[in-house]
Amino acid sequence: MASGMQEKQYTPSLLSFFIYNPTFGPREGEEEKKILFYHPSDVEKNEKIRNVGLCEAIVQFTRTFCPTKPAKSLHTQKNRQFFFEPEENFWMVMVVRNPMIEKPNKDGKPPTVEYQEEEMLLPSCLLQCYSMYKLFNGTFSRAMQAGGVELLMQKLEKFFYRYLQTLHLQSCDLLDVFGGISFFPLDKMTYLKIQSFVNRVEESLSLIKYTAFLYNDQLIWSGLEQDDMRILYKYLTTSLFPRHSEPELAGRDSPMRPEVAGNLLHYGRFLTGPTNLKDPEAKFRFPKIFVSAEDGYEELHLIVYKVHSLLCFLIASVELTREFCEQLDSLVGPQLTLLASDICEQFTINRRISGPEKEPQFKFIYFNHMNLAEKSTIHMRKTASVCLTSVHPDLMKILGDINCDFARVDEDEEIIVKAMTDYWVVGKKSDQRELYVILNQKNANLIEVNEEVKRLCATQFNNIFFLD
Amino acid sequence: MAEEHYLELSENPVQFEHASSVNNVFFDEANKQVFAVRSGGATGVVVKGPDDKSSVAFRMDDKGEVKCIKFSIGNKILAVQRTSKSVDFINFIPDYPHTEFSQECKTKNANILGFCWTNWNEVVFITDQGIEFYQVFPDKRSLKLLKSQSINVNWYQYCPETAVILLSTTVQGNILQPFAFRNGTMSKMSKFEIELPVVPKPAKLSLSERDIAMATIYGQLYVMYLKHHSRTANSPSAEVVLYHLSREGSCKKSHVLKLNTTGKFALNIVDNLVVVHHQSSQTSLIFDIKLKEPDCALNIHQPVLPARSIHPYRIPLSGPAAVPSQPPVPCQLYSSSWSVFQPDIIISASEGYLWYLQVKLPPTVNLLQDKGKLMDFLLRRRECKMVILSVCAQILEVGEKGSLPVVATVFDKLNQVYKDYLEAEQSYTQAMESGPSRGSAAQKRPVRTQAVIDQSDMYTHVLSSFTERKGVSHKFIIAVLMEYIRSLNQFQITVQHYLYELVIKTLVQHNLFYMLHQFLQYHVLSDSKPLACLLLSLESTYPPAHQLSLDMLKRLSTANDEIIEVLLSKQQVLGALRFIRSVGGHDNASARKFLDAAQQTGDQMLFYTVFRSFQQRNQRLRGSPAFNPGEHCEEHVAHFKQLFGEQALMKPSTV
Repeated sequence: MASGMQEKQYTPSLLSFFIYNPTFGPREGEEEKKILFYHPSDVEKNEKIRNVGLCEAIVQFTRTFCPTKPAKSLHTQKNRQFFFEPEENFWMVMVVRNPMIEKPNKDGKPPTVEYQEEEMLLPSCLLQCYSMYKLFNGTFSRAMQAGGVELLMQKLEKFFYRYLQTLHLQSCDLLDVFGGISFFPLDKMTYLKIQSFVNRVEESLSLIKYTAFLYNDQLIWSGLEQDDMRILYKYLTTSLFPRHSEPELAGRDSPMRPEVAGNLLHYGRFLTGPTNLKDPEAKFRFPKIFVSAEDGYEELHLIVYKVHSLLCFLIASVELTREFCEQLDSLVGPQLTLLASDICEQFTINRRISGPEKEPQFKFIYFNHMNLAEKSTIHMRKTASVCLTSVHPDLMKILGDINCDFARVDEDEEIIVKAMTDYWVVGKKSDQRELYVILNQKNANLIEVNEEVKRLCATQFNNIFFLD
Repeated sequence: MAEEHYLELSENPVQFEHASSVNNVFFDEANKQVFAVRSGGATGVVVKGPDDKSSVAFRMDDKGEVKCIKFSIGNKILAVQRTSKSVDFINFIPDYPHTEFSQECKTKNANILGFCWTNWNEVVFITDQGIEFYQVFPDKRSLKLLKSQSINVNWYQYCPETAVILLSTTVQGNILQPFAFRNGTMSKMSKFEIELPVVPKPAKLSLSERDIAMATIYGQLYVMYLKHHSRTANSPSAEVVLYHLSREGSCKKSHVLKLNTTGKFALNIVDNLVVVHHQSSQTSLIFDIKLKEPDCALNIHQPVLPARSIHPYRIPLSGPAAVPSQPPVPCQLYSSSWSVFQPDIIISASEGYLWYLQVKLPPTVNLLQDKGKLMDFLLRRRECKMVILSVCAQILEVGEKGSLPVVATVFDKLNQVYKDYLEAEQSYTQAMESGPSRGSAAQKRPVRTQAVIDQSDMYTHVLSSFTERKGVSHKFIIAVLMEYIRSLNQFQITVQHYLYELVIKTLVQHNLFYMLHQFLQYHVLSDSKPLACLLLSLESTYPPAHQLSLDMLKRLSTANDEIIEVLLSKQQVLGALRFIRSVGGHDNASARKFLDAAQQTGDQMLFYTVFRSFQQRNQRLRGSPAFNPGEHCEEHVAHFKQLFGEQALMKPSTV
């Protein structure tokens, strides 16, 4: 490669995203009616119809081979299309341009473009789009029932217009595929105290239907069902908290200023709803969310209440008043302040045991499909926009490939990959658990790598059953 | 209205011939015996004690009016005081001479106020000029003075339980001098002063014998002083002041019981409660000196419960006093003919009854609204177990808003007592194991009182029926169970398996699997084999239970066999084989079990692998790849040959 001539790398990017329902315009000339949402919106109408029609055709065509499992994605040289039918006859389609490398040519010729064809971890992304929509709006059919196609289209437009801007396909990695939950390690007694607190709050404030508990962005307790918690966790950790932690870091709205409630000092405040209870103008509006209930879905209000790093969110079933918020503040605030100091103590103990914050000995990602527990020593900090990992993107890609392999088979297996520059990547799947380890040992052989992984399992995962 | 009388008279009173002009009645607090002396003893003395064994009837010569009559401990010697100068003794020991013998008091010009037996053969005379401590020799029909002390005495009180005699001295009578007796020794304890409400001028006897009582409460000796209200001394109502009398130290004013009324009072001690009877209102109050009043200064007590009268009592039909034609008559309670004795005795001499006063716990439950305080109260009572359990059931039944903190408080109180008992039991066991030689011979096995409410009590009487009751929200049920488990954990008491089972059952019933999963994840439900098995059984309804169960078995580290079984049952033969190798159990593993499982999968390569692996093991262990006949693998060998041919079998190595 000639010097001075730089290759240009392009990460995958979203070309289009649309939602349609083929039953809405079955006759010719009415095709436009099928389209419920189309991004980008400035695409010419006929092209929209053409693209939707193509997807419809692919799905129909592949259905003849396997009626129960229609095509999930279509890979072409330039791009990939992902299909997803979250509700009957409602299809979500995402078209993504493959990552590519542009190699400039001499003599002013147009550059050569090489498309990369690697596994992309995007199908999960589509599911997440839908789950997030559903969390705040309920199902598509619910909107249909409430206000027909018009309402549904309004809702889709309103939600996805903003949501798609926050999609960062290039930083999508294994953790996004898992959509896991990081759990905060806690001793039994403190955990039981939290249980006791939750039960008391739910008993005395009967409007509160569910409660969940997080510390340092890690989950401790969820009264919600797992799937609901999963998406809510995603929303909280990638959207709500980062939004609120920035002003804190900037020193504004400092949470260190204690609120005086009665005689007890406490440090609680609302992250959703009123920012200041004393403000006579304060608005008592909380975001609505939809969670699964025994009979379909229930519409609830999300109250997020925070004390230091301890966060408790409570979910109530009706519109909330100032009186309720004040009652909640005075009841929950002082107790949470006590709990927060208990947990903080635990946190420092844990830290002391695990040693000072240094580069972790092993770089690994662990995920358990059963309880969605994830653990990563690779990711430094994850927010919506940036995902800092301590390893090279190429290694992350290998992890993705191994994961795709695991997804294809049901049995336990182990894959060991020798990557470039002395790196070894090991993937292990045991029952519902997956473990990915990245090792960097000079001149290590397969046996040594295997031994090293065994050592890791013995130290980090000795309390769970992991088949060797 | 619910039953509210929390005090009652014993159902079977001691009956005796009521007092009359020809029949004098005496009561001995030491032996709790009533003496009915007819005509000075000439027509008979009938002694009735708390049981038949202590009841005696005899005659003695009428040598004048009997002032006081008491048996020594064990009915060995009878002492009768007829004059103010001497006491007469009669042997009741078989084979000893029965003729009376007499002892005059040693101090000249002194008058005997009374006498007390402190042992079967030791007696104390209390005179207005001091006390004289004698040993009685029934065989020689004589007494020997052991010790005496001269002091001006107004009146005296005797506490038989502790063998302490209290003397009222000085002109006002408010300086009290206690003496303790034990095995032939008399020791003077430090004297103390009772604060009088008003100091009379000129000085005169101001402290009445009726206003002082001695009793042991919670194992400690107290002098109780009934301090009447006085208009001049700014004390609007009467109170009982308790002075703690310790063997070594001085006597200290320790508790004040506020009566909040005035009038005539009498005191009893029942089940370590101070009962104050108020005659004019015909009610009684109870005080528990261990119950702390949060809004009162230290050791000032209000009544535990509102004042109530003793439960109405009907004199039973049967018995010598009842005339058959009359219906049972209601007994007049708080009658002026009642005499009250310590600790718990009420005597109606005119009707011929002796009752023991008793506390009925069930009515207290509705009278004491503060459940935490109620628990503190109940836990110190003798017959408390069923009442406590019923209170637990009751607070769960109501299930009203805000009852969880109450439930938590109650559980914590119960478990505190439970834990204290377990610890005492444990240290006792340790002491026994380390041998009695280490001077710890004095250590007694801790007594398990009724207040020790363990997990099985809670389970049987409260929790199991509570979880099955209809109409209780499952949220509340789980909250209560978790609260109990939290409380047990807080006191570091090992939680029994059946409680976990109850939690799991409730969660499973309401499909709260995710909640269960989280509890297991944080080890709220502690690992055990039975729990792991229970989880395995849930696999069909909740697949992740399989993983949870295996994890648990792994953590137990004593359940490797179970893990193998689970894996084989899931046809994870290779996994099982690798696992048994990793834990070093390969050499002793049953080849048959593995080969069976491998054969069942129908996977020929798997069968081949497993088969060869065991052949290699055999080779390593015994130098030959063949299976021992004891391993019963013939059919597998045949199966192997049939699949892969004879030549595929591993040959014995020739090296």
